Amino acid sequence: MEALTHVNYWAAIALAMIGLYAIIAPSNLVKKLIGLGMFQTAIFLIYITVGKVEGGTAPIIDPAYDVYSNPLPHVLILTAIVVSVSTLAVGLALTVAIKRAYGTVEEDDIDEQDRR
Amino acid sequence: MIASHLPVLQVALPLIAAPVCVLLRRGRWAWAFTTIVCWGMLAIAALLLDQAMGAGPISYRLGGWAPPIGIEYRLDGVNAFVLLILAGTAALMMPYARQSVEQEIRPERQHLFYCVFLLALTGLLGIAATGDAFNIYVFLEISSLASYVLIALGRRRRALTASYQYLIIGTIGASLILIGIGFLYAKTGTLNIADLAERVPALGETPAILAAFAFITVGVLIKLALFPFHLWLPNAYAYAPSFVSAFFAATATKVGAYMLLRFVFTVFGAPFAFGTLPLKEVLLSLSLIAVLAGSLAALFQTDLKRLLAFSSVGQIGYLGVGIGLASVTGVTGALVHVFNHALMKGGLFLAAGAIAYRLGATDLSALHGLGRRMPFTMAAVVIGGLGLVGVPITSGFVSKWYLVQGAFEEGLWPVALFVLVGSLIALAYVGRVIEAAYFRAAPEGGEPVREAPWAMQLSIWAMIAGSVYFGLHTDLTVGIAERAAAVLLGAP
Amino acid sequence: MSHAPQLLAALAAPIAGALLVWACARWPRLQELASLAAAIALFGLVVSLAAAVMAGDAPRVALFDIVPGLPVAFALEPLGALFALIASFLWIVTTVYSIGYVRANREGHQTRYYACFAAALASAIGVAFAGNMFTLFLFYEALTLSTYPLVTHSGTEEARRAGRTYLGFLLSTSILLQLFAILWTWVEVGTLDFRAGGILAGAVSERTAAVLLVLYMFGIGKAALMPLHAWLPAAMVAPTPVSALLHAVAVVKAGVFTVLKVLVYIFGLDFVASMAGSEWLIAVASATIVIASLIALRQDDLKRRLAYSTVSQLAYVVLGGALATGFGVVGGAMHIATHAFGKITLFFCAGAIYTAAHKRLVSELDGIGYRMPVTMGAFTVGALGLIGLPPFAALWSKWYLVGGADEGSLVPVIAVLLGSSLLNALYFVPILARAFFPAGGLPVAAGREEAPWPILAATLVAALGTAALFFYPQALLELVQPLAGSP
Repeated sequence: MEALTHVNYWAAIALAMIGLYAIIAPSNLVKKLIGLGMFQTAIFLIYITVGKVEGGTAPIIDPAYDVYSNPLPHVLILTAIVVSVSTLAVGLALTVAIKRAYGTVEEDDIDEQDRR
Repeated sequence: MIASHLPVLQVALPLIAAPVCVLLRRGRWAWAFTTIVCWGMLAIAALLLDQAMGAGPISYRLGGWAPPIGIEYRLDGVNAFVLLILAGTAALMMPYARQSVEQEIRPERQHLFYCVFLLALTGLLGIAATGDAFNIYVFLEISSLASYVLIALGRRRRALTASYQYLIIGTIGASLILIGIGFLYAKTGTLNIADLAERVPALGETPAILAAFAFITVGVLIKLALFPFHLWLPNAYAYAPSFVSAFFAATATKVGAYMLLRFVFTVFGAPFAFGTLPLKEVLLSLSLIAVLAGSLAALFQTDLKRLLAFSSVGQIGYLGVGIGLASVTGVTGALVHVFNHALMKGGLFLAAGAIAYRLGATDLSALHGLGRRMPFTMAAVVIGGLGLVGVPITSGFVSKWYLVQGAFEEGLWPVALFVLVGSLIALAYVGRVIEAAYFRAAPEGGEPVREAPWAMQLSIWAMIAGSVYFGLHTDLTVGIAERAAAVLLGAP
Repeated sequence: MSHAPQLLAALAAPIAGALLVWACARWPRLQELASLAAAIALFGLVVSLAAAVMAGDAPRVALFDIVPGLPVAFALEPLGALFALIASFLWIVTTVYSIGYVRANREGHQTRYYACFAAALASAIGVAFAGNMFTLFLFYEALTLSTYPLVTHSGTEEARRAGRTYLGFLLSTSILLQLFAILWTWVEVGTLDFRAGGILAGAVSERTAAVLLVLYMFGIGKAALMPLHAWLPAAMVAPTPVSALLHAVAVVKAGVFTVLKVLVYIFGLDFVASMAGSEWLIAVASATIVIASLIALRQDDLKRRLAYSTVSQLAYVVLGGALATGFGVVGGAMHIATHAFGKITLFFCAGAIYTAAHKRLVSELDGIGYRMPVTMGAFTVGALGLIGLPPFAALWSKWYLVGGADEGSLVPVIAVLLGSSLLNALYFVPILARAFFPAGGLPVAAGREEAPWPILAATLVAALGTAALFFYPQALLELVQPLAGSP
């Protein structure tokens, strides 16, 4: 049971690690960005989990309920998602520009061209 | 009326000005507008510093909401000082921007360039001004995203890969900071830095706080580009447009240093970071390696901009040394160095950009005989370079003096020795530049080279003259830095 | 107090000279004139200042704080006045010499040459006038940097390599050891002022002081204490007037001057004398005297032989300070003056020989005394003077040094001093012998072929100076006597 209550955290850690791996291992620039997205998503998951109050409902005031989840982490993560999306957009735009300049999105090929 | 809203104006002004630049449609107009905005911000920063030093910390409530519910901008001597550095650098560099940008950026993109530049500035100013931990993250990402774009605008295609590399590393760094802030929030229920400063030390050594400390420190060190997290920096600075290299070299890492100071000293507190945890040992050893490795790497560069970039890696090490000493003298040294290095390195990168403007290259071999052909620009390089070495009379000396003094006070004389060794290596790489420019004959039959345009000279010399002025008149910088350091370390 | 403007004017004179030279880039004759005018103005100012010092005045002026509590300040005391007098007087002589030398040898880059020369002199005067250790360090480094372009003047690969050795030795020792020691002193004592009796005495533990002494003595690389002497022979690739004024007088004397300053005003003579770990300095200085002389014996290049001789003679001054007795310090201080005149004469002669006969090696000098009798006459004066024979000045300084060693009853040191005079004779006399009594008999028809008149005139003035100091040592003695402590 103990392990199950923390399942969200475990999932977040697993996601983060997969994301990091996906940033480091592939040579493809687009795949790296996918990894970056996963890594950031994992962090969002942690925040959302922190905001959850046991037995609480969605933070919309209603006389029928008196326990609400903490809305602040949601708000924060909304901002962070915007940031993450922007990062992804800039990253993809850069990738497009790199593809135009080098004719490839494979890091190995790019390195080779730079060495020449 | 307006005076009471200065803290938010400091950040909001460039944010509002950025889209206006898009509407202006013309590079020249956008430049003029940005210049006005930057000088306005400098005036605001000066007023704020005056207020913060005179009447003590300024607290500004965004939208009138009282902290900790609302977001607070809190300005003490430390961040008011950083704001002044940021706004001052931007204002002094604007005269340079017009011609440099006109040459390096395509005409239809110039107004957008200024828009992104203002956004970057917003982010940096925001980090310094805010009193809210999550806000720091948001502003950090604003400045980072803008800087990825600016760096990618460099003329060579390697600017793109450099920017991409920076984007990946930078985002990881910022995400780590985000996790750390999340842990802090989960433990304390607040994001206000002043609140955190009260609650975190009371919690002591719980695993969540330790994890938060680790995540935030590593994240900030990535942004600061302290060894071994510096790998993104040399390429990013070397291939970015000249104006961008100069601006970020002068400001971005300084904000990183500020974040480190703020989190380590204010939020976690020196006893926790340096007593419970071995941050001192870690930071000092990393910093000394940075000083040596960065300076040595600079010694073997064949391109002036790359040389300066690696020199920055070394100079960031000095900041780390000062922070790692965790004494008033050491932190004073670090803060003074933040200021002085901004002037010197900014001026040097501007000069390197002026050389690129006239020659189209910054290879050391292209510099041969340049001492005669671009006498003023090269003179600026020499003076700025001597500042990096820490030659007395330049401001670089003052900061190193405090660092060494701080090391002696702590009984860490090997640290003092390493700082001096770093100076010596710096002398060697500056010497290489001087030798190339003054002791090598210009290539035969080369095209004549004219001195850089006067507007660019103006910016270069404003920075370089500042670096000498503050080497001679230390009361201002050292005075402010000493009080700021005392605030950080919690001394009365 | 009233002399503060003169103090600043004396510093400004060579700087103004450098700027004038730079401004007159198109008119080489004006550059010569500007250098000469600056030199004469400087000498005049220094003489008036020295007179004030002898009258018991102590001109001082503080400019600005470099860090709070640590000003860039100037204060004149006897030793500084002495050094400034010598440097500024010999600058006049050397400028005359330079005019002849640069014209005759068609040295290029005249603007850089004269401007750097003036800048080097400004730095040397700054060293002489420095009011605290920090100011001294500042000008010490400025001196290194301003002489670098002069060392690499010819621009050949050899010159550039020598320049790197020069900078490498001087900067690394001064930054790593000297500056380190200065900072340490500052943290320990909280002041860097030169004070009679020293600032370290009683303020730091014996062990710290011993370590500081090592740092200072080897940190002052310009004193060319072995094993940190290699930069001096390397610097001989410079044009001869540079070697003459800078590497026999201004630069190296700045080094030993700094050594004396540190020993007298930072440590305090009594402190040095009472310190357990100070004998090594006497030993190192003695060893340098002997070893450098032995190396000089084996040098065929005339300028290199002179350079090693300089290394040896500089150690005399260090030895004088290390003895930490009144006689020793007075002897050391006097040796700064007497060696300056003697050695500059010899360098002038070497340059004259190079200019007129294009010879650089001792082995080529057979019969040169008949071709260039005036030059070699001056050479004889300089050589005999350095050996320590009457009627030449170095006799007095050696006399005092032996006296100082005797005071401390250090018999081996007396032996070193006397033995080294013998060695001096061994490396100078063969040159004279070759010049006047060539192995292959006298040349049949030796045509006279002297160097141009400015060179000759300067050489003669320097030679006369070494004789004059023998007959009138009184002024010199009066000036340096206060160093001994007893008024």
